[in-house]
Amino acid sequence: MLEPRAERLLRDLAPQVLGAVVRRYGDFGIAEDAVQEALFAASLQWPKEGLPDDPRAWLIRTAARRLADLRRSDAARRRRENEVAVEDVAAPVEPGTPEDDSLVLIFMCCHPSLTPSSAIALTLRAFGGLTTAEIAHAFLVPEATMAQRISRAKQTIKASGVPFRLPTNEERGERLSAVLHVLYLVFNEGYTSSAGPELQRTELSSEAIRLTRAIHALLPEHCEVAGLLALMLLTDARRAARTGPHGELIPLTEQDRSLWDAAEIAEGVALLTATLPRGAVGPYQLQAAIAAVHDEAKDADATDWPQILALYGLLRRMADNPMVMLNEAIALAMVHGPEAGLKALAAFEDRLRGHHRLDATRAHLLERAGDLPGAAAHYRAAAERTTNGPERDYLLMRAARL
Amino acid sequence: MKYMMLMGGTMAGSKAMGIHTWPKEDLQAHIRFMIGFAKELRTNGELVAAEGLAGPEQAKLVRAGKDGTPVTDGVFPESKEFLAGFWIIDVESEKRAFELAARASAAPGPGGVPLNMAIELRQVMAGPPEEFI
Repeated sequence: MLEPRAERLLRDLAPQVLGAVVRRYGDFGIAEDAVQEALFAASLQWPKEGLPDDPRAWLIRTAARRLADLRRSDAARRRRENEVAVEDVAAPVEPGTPEDDSLVLIFMCCHPSLTPSSAIALTLRAFGGLTTAEIAHAFLVPEATMAQRISRAKQTIKASGVPFRLPTNEERGERLSAVLHVLYLVFNEGYTSSAGPELQRTELSSEAIRLTRAIHALLPEHCEVAGLLALMLLTDARRAARTGPHGELIPLTEQDRSLWDAAEIAEGVALLTATLPRGAVGPYQLQAAIAAVHDEAKDADATDWPQILALYGLLRRMADNPMVMLNEAIALAMVHGPEAGLKALAAFEDRLRGHHRLDATRAHLLERAGDLPGAAAHYRAAAERTTNGPERDYLLMRAARL
Repeated sequence: MKYMMLMGGTMAGSKAMGIHTWPKEDLQAHIRFMIGFAKELRTNGELVAAEGLAGPEQAKLVRAGKDGTPVTDGVFPESKEFLAGFWIIDVESEKRAFELAARASAAPGPGGVPLNMAIELRQVMAGPPEEFI
């Protein structure tokens, strides 16, 4: 077993090592396998022999040797199958730094030709250095299924002929949004656990935070990277308060705020404070700002709802998303009373008809307005429509309470 | 998104019209299809689990007795629907789940004619969505 410090080192080095190996030898797919084997070899050898003087160089050397072995056996297999072995010609590459290599790698893993679930799997394995078994466990699918998903993702990247270089300046913005979206999905998967009975799978959230931190270190000037990292920290800070002793969901207004992680809140707020004045405000920064307003209120009643309402207004102008409007309607109700919120809902309900969140929101607002039978009916309608267990239990409990 | 695809049948179907009476070739084609389908799902990275269930003749209804010990009951009445098998899949979209359910529905029957049997598609309950309020 590796001690935690060495394990962290391995995870941090994984993208640099893979980036360097792909840069030197081309062929992302086989390089990725070789680096996984090198990481595994390190986890066996380092506890016995101690850390090498230059762990990164050790890993690159070991991966390069494994890559040569894998290529030989691959070539032999192709000959057996009577196919012409096509030698990969490593594209000429400009000399790269470990930082460049890590960046190129994350852009590759979150390539737009991949579906979100493939990009997530590949990012966690190639950039995060998680094993296939760990990823499969986190997403509650068999290891063989996850292995196939990763292997197909690698084939897709190979087939798309993505060169191992940083995206051009024109592509850069769009490609970076894809990267941030993948990291956001990983975080949400861990935080809200879209699969399975457990509410949170913290290993995924922590991994998303670690990876976003790494991207932030590589691109410290990029405001939305900082915004996403702040959003994750400010949301993750409430983790311990979010579930009760039996794993039941506790809404924000009823959480025990003494359980919130003050250090994470402080870090998120500091990041945001340093970023917001720099201009280029984007959706992640706005969501982080909303989370910060919640986190800084000493209790639910002290929440600065007018501020939150204003932030949702900005967010809505940036993204035409009915979920944002739903949240804005709640903020509106908190500032101007439940009737104002209900009136706002009526304006866009057609876009969310049949969605359980519309019913749940209407139920909350009706309850605040004192229409208890109406609230109970909408809580029940929402419970019937949700596809997630803990939320259904929560909604049924709300209805039963009235 | 995870879905369960449930393949049903009836007791009468299993005995009289059902699979036991198919010619060997048709049975083989059906089995080949099922194995190939599961293999394809696995290769796609979409398979979570797939199982066929033993016949309803062996099914038992179990309830806890007064002291908590199991009390078993006999087989289902003749007309009762039963579950013949299921798949759990993990796919990108509901649309993809529909496609796969339609593929399963069209499994070959007697004479290689697609069965077009009803496949019940149920979404597997997941955790709560993003932070509310």
